Amino acid sequence: MAKVIMTADDSASIRQMVTFTLRQSGYEVVQAVDGRDALQQLGGRQVDMLITDLNMPNLDGIGLIKGARALPACRFIPIIMLTTESQDSRKQEGKAAGATGWIVKPFKPEQLLAVVKKVLG
Amino acid sequence: MDNQYADTFKEEAYELLAELESSLLELEDRPHDPELIGRVFRAMHTIKGSGAMFGFDDIAAFTHQVETAFDQVRNGKLTVSRQMIDLTLAARDQIKAMLDGVGQEGSTDAAVTAQLIAGFKELLNEEQAAVPPAETAMPQPAPAAAPADENLATYRIRFRPARNIFASGTNPVMLLNELRQLGSCRIVAQLRDVPRLGELDPESCHIFWDVILTTAASLDAIKDVFIFVEDACEIRIETLDNGANPDGGETHKKLGEILVERGDIAASDIEAVLAAQKRLGEMLVEKGMVTPTQVHSALLEQQQVKEVRRERIQQEERSRAQEAGASIRVPAEKLDVLVNLVGELVTIQARMTQTAAGRDDAELISIAEEVERLTAELRDNALNIRMLPIGTTFNKFKRLVRDLSGELGKEIEMVTEGAETELDKTVIERLNDPLVHLIRNCIDHGIEKPEAREAAGKPRQGIVRLAAVHSGDSVMLTIEDDGAGLDREAILAKAVEKGMVALTTELTDQEIDNLIFAPGFSTASKVTSVSGRGVGMDVVKRAIDALRGSIAINGRPGLGTVISIRIPLTMAIIESLLVQIGADRFLIPLSLVDECIELTRADVAAAHGRNMATVRDHLVPYIPLRRKFAIAGTVPDIEQVVITEVNGARVGFVVDRVIGEHQTVIKSLGRAFKNVESISGATILGDGSVALILDIPQLVRSVEVGECAALNTQ
Repeated sequence: MAKVIMTADDSASIRQMVTFTLRQSGYEVVQAVDGRDALQQLGGRQVDMLITDLNMPNLDGIGLIKGARALPACRFIPIIMLTTESQDSRKQEGKAAGATGWIVKPFKPEQLLAVVKKVLG
Repeated sequence: MDNQYADTFKEEAYELLAELESSLLELEDRPHDPELIGRVFRAMHTIKGSGAMFGFDDIAAFTHQVETAFDQVRNGKLTVSRQMIDLTLAARDQIKAMLDGVGQEGSTDAAVTAQLIAGFKELLNEEQAAVPPAETAMPQPAPAAAPADENLATYRIRFRPARNIFASGTNPVMLLNELRQLGSCRIVAQLRDVPRLGELDPESCHIFWDVILTTAASLDAIKDVFIFVEDACEIRIETLDNGANPDGGETHKKLGEILVERGDIAASDIEAVLAAQKRLGEMLVEKGMVTPTQVHSALLEQQQVKEVRRERIQQEERSRAQEAGASIRVPAEKLDVLVNLVGELVTIQARMTQTAAGRDDAELISIAEEVERLTAELRDNALNIRMLPIGTTFNKFKRLVRDLSGELGKEIEMVTEGAETELDKTVIERLNDPLVHLIRNCIDHGIEKPEAREAAGKPRQGIVRLAAVHSGDSVMLTIEDDGAGLDREAILAKAVEKGMVALTTELTDQEIDNLIFAPGFSTASKVTSVSGRGVGMDVVKRAIDALRGSIAINGRPGLGTVISIRIPLTMAIIESLLVQIGADRFLIPLSLVDECIELTRADVAAAHGRNMATVRDHLVPYIPLRRKFAIAGTVPDIEQVVITEVNGARVGFVVDRVIGEHQTVIKSLGRAFKNVESISGATILGDGSVALILDIPQLVRSVEVGECAALNTQ
C-alpha cells in the first residue's frame, strides 16, 4: 500500500510541487492549507509522514508539529519542516517541538525525495 | 520543472500582492497590530520562498530585503513608520512589475529595484548596526556525494542515539540502512544498556551501534547520513584505513588496541589482563570489563580491515594472473564426477555430525563441526564451477525470433535482460526446449500481425521480452510479449468441451489461464508449422516440473502475456523439508514449502470428510499422504500439514511429524523404478537410511485428475 504523506503549506505552488513530485514516486499525498487545517485532517486519518512549512496563517508550523506530536497516531511519524536559510533559530524551535528534519528552501524535487526516502524509507 | 509551476506561482503571487496592499493600508491606521504585521511578513515570505523554488531568483532576492525588514518589526526591533509603508508599497508595485515582465528582458527598471533595496537597507541600518549575514549552507541530504577517491576507505562509526530519539520521528534503522547503501558494512548492536523487561521503556532507545564501514563515499557523505540527528546523538566517525599504506597489508590492530581507541577500556586494564595470557576477549568478558558484544564488535572491525587489505593484495595478484590467462577448459564429465563425490561427502558428513551429536564427546563434536563447515564450502564451490551464464542461450533465441517473425510476416523485436544470471549447466541445457516452445508460442499466438496491431493502436513492431533474475535459491525467468493476450472465453469453452472442467465450475482468471498447461490443450484454430499441435504447454510444464521448477501464466487481454518460470539454481543438491509418516521419512523440496500448520482430530471432524483445512480464513485443500501411500499404523492425535505452493495454488500435505530442514543430495531411483509416480528421487539420510523425495507437482496433478474423474462420473 502506498505510504501517505501530508503537505501543509499556505503556498499553493509549493503544495503543488511537493504533491506532484511525491505522487510521481508512488506516494499518496494529502494537502493542507495551513496548520489548523492540517491538524484537523490529522485527527481524522492516518498519515505516514508530514511535510510542513513553518510560516502559515491560523496555526504555524511549530504549533502544528507540537499539535501533531500530541496525537497518539502521529507521535512517531517523521515530520519534516520547510525552512529558509535565515530561520536557523526557527529550525531549532522546530526540532525542539519534535520535527525529524528539515529542508531548506529553495529545494529541488530530487532533494525532497532524498529526504523523504531518508526518514520514511 | 520551472515552468510547470510558474503559472501557479504567478497566480498565487498576484493574490498575495493584492492582499498585501490592503494589509499595508490597514497597517497605516493600526501600526502595532501583530496580526497585520504577521500577514505582511507571511506574504513576503511566501513570495520569496516559492519564487526561489520556481526560478524567480530576482523576485526572491528583492523580496528578501522587504521580508527582513518585517521580520525585525515582528521581533519588535523595528517599528512601522510612514516611510516604511511608502517604501513597502513601492516595493509591492515593483514586485508586481517584475512578475508582469517575466520572460521579457529589461522590462523592469533595475535602477528602481536598486533604489528600493537601498531604502530598506537604510531603514534597517538606522535601527541596527548590521544584519547578520544569512547562513547559506544548505545541507545536502542526498547520499549522492561523488566518491572522493577511487580508493576505498574504512571507517569506524559509533552511533549512540539519544534516549528519546523516537519522539522526533526518527527510526535509527533507516540510518543504518542508509550506511549499508554506502558500502560494505558490519553493524553490531550494543545491548549493554538495555534494562530488564520490567523496567524497559519501549518508547526509548536503549541500543547503540558500532558500525565498520568500507566505502568509496567521502567522510562528508557519511556525516550527511546523520545530518538530522547529529546534535541529539553521539556520533563518532574515525578513519581506520584509507588505502594509503598498502605496504602494511598484513598489519592490523590488535583487539585491545581497538577497544582502547574506542574508549571502551583503559590501556592499563588491558596490560593487567594480558599478563595472565589467556584469550584476551574471553578474559575481558570474564572480568566484566566489556560485554561480549563489545568484543564481538571489535573483532569484526579487525576482520573487516584485514579483509579489505587482503582483498587489495589479492586483486593485484588476480590482475597479474589474468595477464597469464587464468581459465582452463575441463571436460564436463570431470565436473559431474566432482559434484557426485561432493554429494557423497555431504551425505557422509551429515552422518558424522549425527553420530558425533550422539556421543557427547566434545573433541569429536568440534571435529564434526569443522568438517561440516569445510564440506559446505566445498559444496558451494563445486556447484559454483558448474554455473554458467544463461546469456549464451539467449543469443540462440534472438536468431529464432528473427527467422520465425520473417516466416510469419510479423515484425518482432526481442529484448533480453539478465543474460549474466548464472544457472547450473544441466539446468540450462534442459531449459532450452521449453523456452524455444514458449517463445514460438509468443510469436505465433501472442504477437499480432502488424496491421492488426496498428488497428489496435499499438506500434507495428511487437516486443518479446526474455528476462532472468536471481531470487533466493532460484532463478526467475520471465517471457513476456505485448501481443493479444489470452482469450479466456475461448480457453474456458475449450476446457469445457474437452471435459476438463465442469460447466458450472467458477474459475478465477488465473485458474483459466493455467488451464492451457493441461494435457492435450490447444486453442489455435489452425495448426501452423510453428506451434499449435496441442502437445505444447503440457510438455513445457512437465519439463519445468522435472527441473523442480514451477510455471505460471498471466494473460492480460489486449495487452499481452507474461509467463513466469521459477527454477532452482541446481539439480544436484537441494534444500528440503524432512517429514515422517509412520516409520518412513520423506522429503519435500523447501522451495515449494510455504508454511506448516497443525491438524487436530477436531479439525478433521469439522471439515465433514472433505480434505480441507482453514488457514487464516482461507480454505486449503490437503492430501493425506498416509492414505495416499497406504502406510499402516496409528494416526497421531495431532498431525502436521505442510502447505506448498504449486503454480499459484496452495495445497497441503498431511504428515505425522515435521523433522526439519535437510541438505538433500539427490539420487535417481534407477531404471527399475522409472515408472513410479509421486516420487522424484531419493536420498541417504545421516543415519544411513533412505528417504524418498516427493514429486509435489505430480502428486497435486494426480489428485486433481482423480477428483475430476470422480466429478464427471457423478
